[in-house]
Amino acid sequence: MSDDPRFGLARTVTMPGPLRLDGGALLSPVDIAYETYGTLNGDAGNAVLICHALTGDQHVASDHPVTGKPGWWTRMVGPGKPIDTDRYFVICSNVIGSCLGSSGPATVNPATGKPWGMAFPVITIRDMVRAQAMLLDHLGIARLYAVVGGSMGGMQALSWAATLPDRVAAAVVIASAARHSAQNIAFHEVGRQAIMADPNWREGDYYADGAPPAAGLAVARMAAHITYLSEAGLTAKFGRKLQSREQKTFGFDADFQVESYLRHQGLSFVERFDANSYLYITRALDYFDLAEEHGTLANAFKGSATRFCLVSFDTDWLYPTSESRSIVHAMNAAGAAASFVELSSPFGHDAFLLESPELARVVGGFLRAGGH
Amino acid sequence: MSLRPDLAIIAANVARGSRVLDVGCGDGALMAALRDERQCDARGLELNAGDVASAVARGLSVVQGDADSDLADYPDASFDYAILSQTLQTTRRPDWVLDQLLRIGGQAFVSFPNFAHWRVRASLLWGGRMPVTRLLPLKWYATPNIHHVTIDDFRALVKERGIRIEGCWFLTGDKQTGAGLANLLAEHAVFLLRK
Repeated sequence: MSDDPRFGLARTVTMPGPLRLDGGALLSPVDIAYETYGTLNGDAGNAVLICHALTGDQHVASDHPVTGKPGWWTRMVGPGKPIDTDRYFVICSNVIGSCLGSSGPATVNPATGKPWGMAFPVITIRDMVRAQAMLLDHLGIARLYAVVGGSMGGMQALSWAATLPDRVAAAVVIASAARHSAQNIAFHEVGRQAIMADPNWREGDYYADGAPPAAGLAVARMAAHITYLSEAGLTAKFGRKLQSREQKTFGFDADFQVESYLRHQGLSFVERFDANSYLYITRALDYFDLAEEHGTLANAFKGSATRFCLVSFDTDWLYPTSESRSIVHAMNAAGAAASFVELSSPFGHDAFLLESPELARVVGGFLRAGGH
Repeated sequence: MSLRPDLAIIAANVARGSRVLDVGCGDGALMAALRDERQCDARGLELNAGDVASAVARGLSVVQGDADSDLADYPDASFDYAILSQTLQTTRRPDWVLDQLLRIGGQAFVSFPNFAHWRVRASLLWGGRMPVTRLLPLKWYATPNIHHVTIDDFRALVKERGIRIEGCWFLTGDKQTGAGLANLLAEHAVFLLRK
């Protein structure tokens, strides 16, 4: 390992900025919490940026500081893994707007000395990408060997290639989309309304007394969690099985296992996530429309020298295969080097986080083909 | 690794450094040969997910999709060659696919098993059963070959469409054979076409 203090686990950098955001505001300073794995080559040519999903974080292959659980993508990232840290210098940073150390509603607004709350400017996927580009400048990385992401991470990977094409040699986009559909926005709005309807939310100004809108955030997570699973997966796992009881109680306790499971998902989520961050990041997702940013989707990839690899899962109804296909069609129309495969999995959108030998084979092979 | 004989003929006749679309590219054997030996920029389209995964894992740009519908998404004249090997007879609309190949590519290689080969004829004539041969190994209900075609049928279609034949090769077993009586004696044909 290098003894460069910029590299390693649990790093944070404060950059003066300002970062000009799509909404017009200037963000300054810009805090980025990140981790690096592996060793940066002398020519800085082996850097792989991993972009996390909505409620993900920089702990891609290290234990989470709050939950103590292993990193969220240890199946894919590590020595000898498809994203091989013996070969690549892997960077994963917490997106701005989030709550694991990067600038967001829970961090301090320098103008007031208090948490930003809802005074934090609304951000976009492209703002997240521009903040990551600032981090790469700080790390001395001019061009990424690859950018890799699933779900919202895939949108960042697409945005990287479209916004900063000269800085990305290859992009891996898994279980993702080039825009949020009406259905995607609708589900997010349910989540946001649940948070904002919680009396503890108080217009986002809840940091001082330690009483966050936990109930609202838990409901938001429960609704969203359903969209990450498939109906067949839920049926196989829970069916109509009852939770630790022989018969229905004729009450509103969690009679069914699926209810108990969702409640648990909601409760454990609030331990590790900030409600305001959930509002900001879902907003960024809803605003995402790569075609709108570039006139047409094909324009986003016109003249691109980036190699692309897209993967979808057949039971993912959050970002279904048809979304990946429309991206691939645009890439073909633009003459970009694109690969695409739909993999089979019973696990819906969550499949990209779970064991998938085919995903490992595709991503590992695609990355190695870049030369490192 | 040695290529299937029809693919070897195609590989040997593709211009160096050209842009190639391989429709029904399987695991990318031909694409890899074109990339490594003829410095081509090769792209592929393949229906089978496992084959796509294999091709991507060897560093090839392959999109999972269906020739019957997805060829329409490729821009005009975006490739020097479009290649369709052993796939024409499996498409729902072979004539449409042929038109698409020549819209997308300046030239097109098309290879297919010849349904008028004498073994096929003999099987029908003497056995009265749908032929099961080396190149057509599956029974009628299981075969993906829904549009069987003979060399003469193919020549007729090409003529009708005003397509020029710029080259043709005939195979029996793994050996090339002459053009004489090809419709009877060749198991397999490769055509190079231009609109």
